[in-house]
Amino acid sequence: MTGGQIIFLLVALFTLGSGFMVVTTRNLVHAALWLVATLFGVAVTYALLDATFLAVVQVVVYIGAIAILFIFAVMLTRKDMRDQGPQMNANWWIGALLSVLVFAGLFFLLQGWSGLSKTAADIPAGFDSIAELGNALVSPTAYVLPFEVASVLLVAALVGAVYVAFNRK
Amino acid sequence: MGFWNDPLKVAADWLMGIFTGWGMPDVAAQILIGFLGIFILISLLMLLDIFLVWVERKVVSRFQDRIGPNRVGPFGLIQPFADIIKLIIKEDTTPGGADKVVYNIAPMLSMMSVLILWAVVPLAPRIIGVDLNIGALYIIAAGAIGTLSIIMAGWSSNNKFALIGAFRQVAVMVAFEIPMLATLLIPTIFAGSMGLNAIIEKQSTWFVFLAPLGALIFLIAAIAELGRAPFDMAEGESELVAGYNTEYSGMKFGMFYAGELLHAFTFGGFWSILFFGGYRFFGLEQVSAFLAIAVIIFKAFIGYWIIMWVKYTLMRIRIDHMLGFNWKFLTPLAFTLLMVTALMNALLAGTPTLVYVLGMFLSNIVLGWIALEIARSYSRKEREKVEGMKKVATTSQSTL
Repeated sequence: MTGGQIIFLLVALFTLGSGFMVVTTRNLVHAALWLVATLFGVAVTYALLDATFLAVVQVVVYIGAIAILFIFAVMLTRKDMRDQGPQMNANWWIGALLSVLVFAGLFFLLQGWSGLSKTAADIPAGFDSIAELGNALVSPTAYVLPFEVASVLLVAALVGAVYVAFNRK
Repeated sequence: MGFWNDPLKVAADWLMGIFTGWGMPDVAAQILIGFLGIFILISLLMLLDIFLVWVERKVVSRFQDRIGPNRVGPFGLIQPFADIIKLIIKEDTTPGGADKVVYNIAPMLSMMSVLILWAVVPLAPRIIGVDLNIGALYIIAAGAIGTLSIIMAGWSSNNKFALIGAFRQVAVMVAFEIPMLATLLIPTIFAGSMGLNAIIEKQSTWFVFLAPLGALIFLIAAIAELGRAPFDMAEGESELVAGYNTEYSGMKFGMFYAGELLHAFTFGGFWSILFFGGYRFFGLEQVSAFLAIAVIIFKAFIGYWIIMWVKYTLMRIRIDHMLGFNWKFLTPLAFTLLMVTALMNALLAGTPTLVYVLGMFLSNIVLGWIALEIARSYSRKEREKVEGMKKVATTSQSTL
């Protein structure tokens, strides 16, 4: 096992463990903080894959904005932050079944994939991944359409939020 | 490539020779040298931090027409050490009902969010932790961890003042992150890269001449991000005791305080890197790496001094005004400036440097003037509304 693999396994274990804590801990703020840890683990995974831009954006967007928003929402909605009720509802077995099916499906698909046994090619010197990403996002032959659709969706969400919150006299 | 030009590489090679001489494998030696580098950088930063306490107290006393610390050592220079001893021997209290783990992690995260910023700071052309190609964005990401530490501190203290202080601080930080991000993209447009070293190398003319308005918006957003006056609603001594760190005592409070000072100094450094040429000063950085470090520290201190100057001159702004100023004025202005800069950059591409600089400078001035005119007409309308309300109130009172 190489050093990279050991680090990956540690990070993956950390991410999975904190993900597990998110759904099992009874204190809602603790759950939100464990979620931060999970998202941070995902960011480290991106960094291990040399996707520095994605790693940093993951931290900025998910930890800096979304997790903070979660914590705010949790603090503003509950008096008692400890959830007293049962942690499972009657549909738990459907959820378990679905997750097992998805896992089995992914496992089956990835079994036949040759990419698993390959080692990644080295990135050539002077390769600017951000410039490539930026060009791909606005290039008509690449991802300009999904990029614009996502932008329109976000603007629509923004307008909707303003409309809902707007205080009409 | 002698010691004076690239001391880091020479030192690393020398250490590498020693470690491999001891029979250590290459990889282990490299990791050890990396850790040593981090350790030395952080130790120097913490030493500087102790000195910053003295600087801050001395400067504030000058602004307030006092003498400041002058008893312990020459010019009171040993005062911060006395402060540290005091902080360490204080009782380490934990408030009842506090969330102990979160309460103890928060000050560490706060300090960490400042220290990790130095990983991307280029101290000299070749003295830089990592030359990330997304250095500018990394600053915002580290700020996100600082925000998290504040909300953790405020919530886990089990204190209303701390929680309200944390809410205010986080509202301000989340809001002012947006104009800061937009202005960070302006040097990126000029340099064609987000790497801080690349940004410095492109500054044959300092970017402040190309984007004076951008530099100003960045400074305002940075001061808000630091939670310093006039944006220190989170502290609000008269109403909130001390804000999110009310319940912290001893060195845990010291971590927040030292973190804040170092954060201010660091943002002075980033201001100089992004808009004032970083370690560049008339080719001085080519002479020796040590001169380059001296230049950037000097520039960072000037930035830090300006931040202190603002802090001790202006009074606190009300929170709704502060957020209104950000969302209705600063954010639209920053985004307009970003678009104008991108457009002018495309239009002026290929023109001689003088035309380019002049065009950029004038577009900034015109945009700033238009923004101020709009703000002035808006404030006039608001003032008239308030005046009208007052008149109604006085007339109704006189009829009673």
